[in-house]
Amino acid sequence: MAETTGNGKVVRIEVLRYRPEQDEEPFLQGYDVPFTDDMSVLQGLQYIKDWLDGTLSFRWSCRMAICGSCGMMIDGEPRLACKTFLRDFPAGTVRVEALAHFPIERDLVIRMDDFLAKLERIKPYIIPKEARTLAQGEYLQTPAELDVYEQFSSCINCLLCYAACPQYGLNPEFVGPGIMALLHRYNADSRDGAAAERMEIAGSEAGVFNCTAVGYCSEVCPKHVDPANAVNQNKTRAAGDYFLRFITPKGGAR
Amino acid sequence: MNTSDPRRPYVRPMAGWWRRNPFFVEYMVHEATALFVAAYALVLLVGLRRLAQGEAAWNGWLEALRSPVSLVFHGVLLAAFAYHCWTWFRIMPRTMPPLIFGGKRVAPGVITACGVAATTACSLVVLILAWGATR
Repeated sequence: MAETTGNGKVVRIEVLRYRPEQDEEPFLQGYDVPFTDDMSVLQGLQYIKDWLDGTLSFRWSCRMAICGSCGMMIDGEPRLACKTFLRDFPAGTVRVEALAHFPIERDLVIRMDDFLAKLERIKPYIIPKEARTLAQGEYLQTPAELDVYEQFSSCINCLLCYAACPQYGLNPEFVGPGIMALLHRYNADSRDGAAAERMEIAGSEAGVFNCTAVGYCSEVCPKHVDPANAVNQNKTRAAGDYFLRFITPKGGAR
Repeated sequence: MNTSDPRRPYVRPMAGWWRRNPFFVEYMVHEATALFVAAYALVLLVGLRRLAQGEAAWNGWLEALRSPVSLVFHGVLLAAFAYHCWTWFRIMPRTMPPLIFGGKRVAPGVITACGVAATTACSLVVLILAWGATR
């Protein structure tokens, strides 16, 4: 099936490879892959894995831009491999590398331990403002209240925004765009009551003020989350919290 | 590279990061225009100092401003300021909370356009006032 793929068209996929048990540093390896116009870069990699070189490692799952697993640098831009098509590289060559700013575990697989640790710290779930019993029914929300955070809830943790953020590359302590989008998603939710707690992270040394408004995170986001907006809205809030604590006895997060 | 980790994760260097992507190059260029803003502030500061030093010094400064080199420099400054202003308002919609007007979110393009329009209007007012004051 896959062997008969293509109608005479071939693309050269150059992959940045790194096999920690034998390589001192990453190197580019090229593969000639026959393709049809409906094939994504991910399908190109799958062709390599199935027919040319079974040792190639990469993450993928859903093939339809919802799982966030196949983020990689494609010709230098952070993109989802399943949402990028081989037909869009008329020069006949495409370079694929592991997501920038993350340590490479193997080939196109990055280490996301840092992101997961940060994700856990921001408590990415609703901590109800007021406890309600089942008998009291659900927490209601108006469409206007939903609109405030809805876009931020579209984040699929694909990490493209981190690969687009030079400040994260320069200082991995920075909580970064994706985490801030998720933090804001819960803080801006009318049902949530843990904003002050999460603002401790947003306003910390590692927090929002590491952002210099490059804005590329929002450009590359495949789900139009606009993480730069989440970061910058919280700059205002963190600054407000800082000054409010002088006025109100328990005002704002420290 | 982290050698203490048996999995040997490879950390890529960040040196020269801003040359890797046209978006970053543009970012560095528009951030660099802030230096031109600083340069113009210095020009004005020198003027203030010359004013404090008396009429001759002040007139000397005015004369220096009229030199061809100064005129070209101010042309460059104006261009840098215009670009600085445009990029500042271009990113502005990303930096503020949603603006609701008549029950709808104001589009990013409208926010940018309003910012640029306000700057243009203010600049024209300053220009007209300065023109009137020096006639």
